[in-house]
Amino acid sequence: MARSLRPARADDLGLKRALSDRLLPLLVAAMTFLAAMALAGAVAAAALATHWRGGAATLITVQVPLPESPAAAPPQAAAALAATGATAATETRAQAVARLLAAMRGVSSAHRLTGLELHALLTPWLGPDVEKLSLPLPAVFEVSLAPGAQAAALEPDVIAAAPGSVVEHNAAWLERLAVLVRSLQGCAALAVLVVAFIAAAVVAVATRAGLAARRDAIEIVHGLGATDSLICGQFAGRVTILVLGGAVLGLILAMPVLLSLAQIAAPFREGAQAVPMQPADLLRALPPPLWIGLATLPPALGLIGFVTAQATVRGWLAQLP
Amino acid sequence: MDDSRGMIRLDGVGLRYAGTPGAETAPPVLHDLNFSVPAGGFRWLLGESGAGKTSLLRLLTLAVRPSAGQLHLLGTAIERATRRDLPALRRRIGVIHQDFRLLPHLSAFDNVALPLRLAGRSEGQVHADVQEILRWVTLTRRAHALPAELSGGEQQRVAIARAVISRPDLLLADEPTGNLDDAQAERLMQLLQELNRMGTTVIVASHATDLVRRHPGRALLLRDGQLLYDGPSEELVETVAETL
Repeated sequence: MARSLRPARADDLGLKRALSDRLLPLLVAAMTFLAAMALAGAVAAAALATHWRGGAATLITVQVPLPESPAAAPPQAAAALAATGATAATETRAQAVARLLAAMRGVSSAHRLTGLELHALLTPWLGPDVEKLSLPLPAVFEVSLAPGAQAAALEPDVIAAAPGSVVEHNAAWLERLAVLVRSLQGCAALAVLVVAFIAAAVVAVATRAGLAARRDAIEIVHGLGATDSLICGQFAGRVTILVLGGAVLGLILAMPVLLSLAQIAAPFREGAQAVPMQPADLLRALPPPLWIGLATLPPALGLIGFVTAQATVRGWLAQLP
Repeated sequence: MDDSRGMIRLDGVGLRYAGTPGAETAPPVLHDLNFSVPAGGFRWLLGESGAGKTSLLRLLTLAVRPSAGQLHLLGTAIERATRRDLPALRRRIGVIHQDFRLLPHLSAFDNVALPLRLAGRSEGQVHADVQEILRWVTLTRRAHALPAELSGGEQQRVAIARAVISRPDLLLADEPTGNLDDAQAERLMQLLQELNRMGTTVIVASHATDLVRRHPGRALLLRDGQLLYDGPSEELVETVAETL
């Protein structure tokens, strides 16, 4: 009788039919897709927060009320102005602050908003006829700090030169941004946990269906002396293969969406000037933490499938003597 | 090897199926059974339908545990054995079921090979042994057929081959000749007796009084879950043949 040796992973229980390769992988693929989106959301939120935080931390706003009034000349301001070569008596408060900012260490640039820019800034709040209101508008400076410079360091000199000036830090805004990012990441983590829970539930239901379909076969094999480990191993092996296949399918379906989102988000990413379109640049299209997260999904889901199937079958076998 | 290897001993064994409606109040299917079978012994198991033969065989195949009394099987006190202990014991027991109990998705070859594979035998040895036993039951040409493609007699021969291929210490047969013609039934009895001579303990449940007459031995008679008789089959068959 010519017959080849049987393969190492034989299907004694007929699980290829009992655990179909259709429904379970498709459900797992859908869940993997959702998990990939959640991971991408978390990573994107963190990346954008880092980007924005970097910009906001080095940008401050200085408001100088009564900008056309003569600058004050207290001893320390006079000394500061003297160092810049200015004459306090001939300068307005705005000019004094502008000169001070231009000469300060740690200030990369200081831009005084023009009348048009101020008008554009106020129009949404006060309407188009801002000039007619004859409001005493302050001079507003947008100041960019060099990396590592502290906004608090320039505040005393500005106030000395133009008492009543306000130096606006972005600490509160940054704190709100951090809370928002943490919330988004928490939601993403919750979504991934829900996906994991649903994956376990789906695997448990599929395994129970397989047990029901193969009850007789299991009882026969059990009666012939098969151990619980052997029976559980056959179920868990089949389920793990199906789950891994579904997870890989889900990732494949998620990749075009993620790459499209990466292309849209590219202008917001630090240092990203253009979206890489060459296949060789695909690795750079998504941030490394996201690649790591995506690569973790199939083995994590496979592990969930393996453990759930083992637990489900062991629980079922416990009813047998 | 201790003296009790291969021995069956029942001390006041009862069986009541749990989990069925009214199980608590229903009478036990087996009641206060006391008998023993020495290693290498042979027993006919006789009784009317519903007498408890199949339930007793289920006890002896470790498909259920006794709900009363003590069962010693192959040197192991079953009431004290853990679930982990039982698979190794089951691999030492061959069973020929009345309904064959073949795996429908496996070929005749793979059904017969299953006990050897569960015991961890090498594939080379499995092939040699399975081919030999299939030749003995004249199923070599049907080795690749699924059970659904086999006749009732062929399925029974596959079940017989599966039960004996691992040379079990204990062989239990529930109406093993039910679907066999006279010649095949005779060959099966010769095989069972040969295995018995080689040391296997054999218990055969049967309605076939002709077969019991042709192959006399010690017999157990059950009625209503109780043991009525434990002695030579020659005397028993003459007195109860009409009720069997």
